[in-house]
Amino acid sequence: MDPLDSSTLDSSTLDSSTLDGNAIGGLLIEVFGTEMTMAVGTCGSCGTVRHVAELVVYRPGLGTVVRCRACDAVLMAFVQIRGVTCVDLLGLASLA
Amino acid sequence: MAGTAVRGRLTWQTATVGSVTDETPQARTLSLEVADWPGHRAGQHVDVRLTADDGYQAERAYSIASAPGEPLAITVERLDDGEVSPYLTEELQPGDVLEVRGPIGGYFVWEADFGGPLMLLAGGSGVVPLRAILRYRRLIGSSVPVRLLYSSRSLPDVIYRTELDSYGAEVIYALTRLQPTGWTGYARRVDQPMLAEVAWPAAAQPLAYVCGPTNFVEAVASGLVALGYPAERVKTERFGATGQ
Repeated sequence: MDPLDSSTLDSSTLDSSTLDGNAIGGLLIEVFGTEMTMAVGTCGSCGTVRHVAELVVYRPGLGTVVRCRACDAVLMAFVQIRGVTCVDLLGLASLA
Repeated sequence: MAGTAVRGRLTWQTATVGSVTDETPQARTLSLEVADWPGHRAGQHVDVRLTADDGYQAERAYSIASAPGEPLAITVERLDDGEVSPYLTEELQPGDVLEVRGPIGGYFVWEADFGGPLMLLAGGSGVVPLRAILRYRRLIGSSVPVRLLYSSRSLPDVIYRTELDSYGAEVIYALTRLQPTGWTGYARRVDQPMLAEVAWPAAAQPLAYVCGPTNFVEAVASGLVALGYPAERVKTERFGATGQ
């Protein structure tokens, strides 16, 4: 993480339109059958361990992409087509 | 299969608008009647779905503004370029219906036994789930110390302005764009020196809830960690970019 500027805390390098795992709580219940924002995910690329609620969420319109907050690797991707949800969890080393 | 096992756990239900309350020129609270509403926890949200005549559907998540035990209510802030919020804040009337599912969320919630002291930090409409926490704390007669730092463009944009003083919380405003004459409070965006002055000291082992635009949450959460708050004692909920 960048050192903090002491005068302002402007994170201009971050995409300000991203959400976090809280926003997809409903989708996750649909997919996993249970509340998942408290679940702990381990990034398969850098090993960072975070609650799902704290992961970076992009919703570009065609689906939902969940990325590691530390290294930006894609951890989960969901696409919903005609009532079917396609789930890709290959970026996670573990989810518990 | 996960898909079929889930049906019935979280279903879309019809909600009827009971009443609407204009909180600010941009924000409106909708009280919603849902048959068999199971109740909710402070900090949770609902997903709202609207279906247009041509079948087009739009879904958004809105934080629940009411406390556990109170009727379901959400507060929606109108975004100028929003697809859903202009309808919810300007068109929807008592008696109209929409679809909701919920309650949703297990991370950004507060229960009495989580303790405190509580440090609540709101950017704009991020105050909504924090208000549910404040109402719940008051409802159960909790004496956990609580402080709210609320960043807003101006005083007229402060949601729940008249009731925030009634929760037994220390409320500190940071008015970023426009201040009333004679304002002696903070007149700038939240920054590290402000956090150092306002936040409970880390030694008190506070529990922090930060909610609002993504940029706000990022800056405040890292600011609290820089003050010594353990990352796991800083809970965050990001609302994306709100065009402010």
